[in-house]
Amino acid sequence: MKNYDVVIIGGGVIGCCVAYNLSKMGLKNVLVIEKDYLSSGSTGRCGGGIRQQWGTEANCRLAMESVKIFEQLEEELGEDIEWHQGGYLLLAFTEEEEEQFKKNVALQQRVGVPVRLVTSQEAKEIVPALNVEGVRVASYCPTDGHANPSKVTIAYAKNAKKNGVDFLIGREVVDGIVDDEGGNKVVRGVVLDNGEKIYADKVLNAAGAFSREVGMMFGVEIPTTSYRHQILVTEPLERFFDPLIISFYHHVYFRQEKAGGVVMGYGDPKELPSTKVNSTFDFAKTMAHQILDLMPVLRDVRVVRQWAGSYNMSPDAQPILGTVDGVEGYYQAVGFSGHGFMLAPAVGRAMAEMMLGKDTFVDVSYLSVNRFKGGVDTSEVAVV
Amino acid sequence: MRFVCRCEEVTEEEIVRLAKEGYSLEEIKRMTRMGMGLCQGRTCLRIAARIIAGIQGKDLSEIKLPTSRQPVVPVELGKLNEAFVKSKDE
Repeated sequence: MKNYDVVIIGGGVIGCCVAYNLSKMGLKNVLVIEKDYLSSGSTGRCGGGIRQQWGTEANCRLAMESVKIFEQLEEELGEDIEWHQGGYLLLAFTEEEEEQFKKNVALQQRVGVPVRLVTSQEAKEIVPALNVEGVRVASYCPTDGHANPSKVTIAYAKNAKKNGVDFLIGREVVDGIVDDEGGNKVVRGVVLDNGEKIYADKVLNAAGAFSREVGMMFGVEIPTTSYRHQILVTEPLERFFDPLIISFYHHVYFRQEKAGGVVMGYGDPKELPSTKVNSTFDFAKTMAHQILDLMPVLRDVRVVRQWAGSYNMSPDAQPILGTVDGVEGYYQAVGFSGHGFMLAPAVGRAMAEMMLGKDTFVDVSYLSVNRFKGGVDTSEVAVV
Repeated sequence: MRFVCRCEEVTEEEIVRLAKEGYSLEEIKRMTRMGMGLCQGRTCLRIAARIIAGIQGKDLSEIKLPTSRQPVVPVELGKLNEAFVKSKDE
């Protein structure tokens, strides 16, 4: 019979980062269970962007803490993570977007994000290959950046292992072990797909696209829904632009990765909920059409690979973190809504602190599932 | 020095080292870019699978190869856009 202090379900960036932080804080008796391979789910499929330009104060603060950690992460973990602090350039094409950008930038500046509004001409100076026709205004934050999500995950896992954390790869959690103590549920462990039981004082649900299903194993209702998001990458080119660029109007984001390829995603507004991650020709065609409007110079550049991942959406497009009333020993870090990778360093540290009964270094209490009891606040609109 | 992945210049030595550390083919792919270049792993992935199987004492059938993904050959964004425009005209 195996006994752990903490079992983490999910070997994505969140699970591995929490494991690393727990071990760094002295808790070594930790197990991470991953059904496929490290970063095989949403993490390894994501766009890799890291931004601080958000629409609420709390989100900006959390993202700023994350960037601070990313800035020194290669040194801390002793691994190359392809960190490139090339900024984020957000483009506004409509009057409504322009108003929203002005409001967001004022808020972001008040919180301390080094962001500014730039004219279309300045945007063109930052990215000369960009077609700025129709751009009313843009917002630019030079300390945003991007990194390689799989490398970050594996680097966290490697350091966690070094600190004594166990990893079980290729086994799936199929059920929770939960006792009923006077109407209160108490988590005792998990059951694996081979029938083996693993006991634990605390269990963390970091199951990404499958968070809702894992929650149900512990009798926890999680209001998340998964959506496929498709993405592609071109052949490598000499670096010709630095920032990650977003046009909400085109439903598009794109960046140039370290190896030189341009990675681009299109969030299809007509996509229906599912956990499928197959690729479609429709996406490739639409993506090409949208990107050539924004960056015509890519016309003769070849696509080498397309793939897809899941956005695990919460009702307000923000993560759901922490404990659940009435289920002792259960923790969750789910519903990241397409921005789990960029928040992982800060969230991973805060979750580890929370699980050890410490005060968290940054406020995450506002991300408790309890926030949905009084209805849904939809003030965070900056998601693609 | 022997190259296993020619597109991304990944050596046999590097794959052997990571296989000894216990990483799977999928993980080694993401750590080294093996199989992520222009040919998308047509040559290297099966060679790498054999190397990993040998070192980790597994049968070749136990080494899961990455999903083959479209496009089958690299395609210009301009050509894909032509297909988009054509499908809208129809």
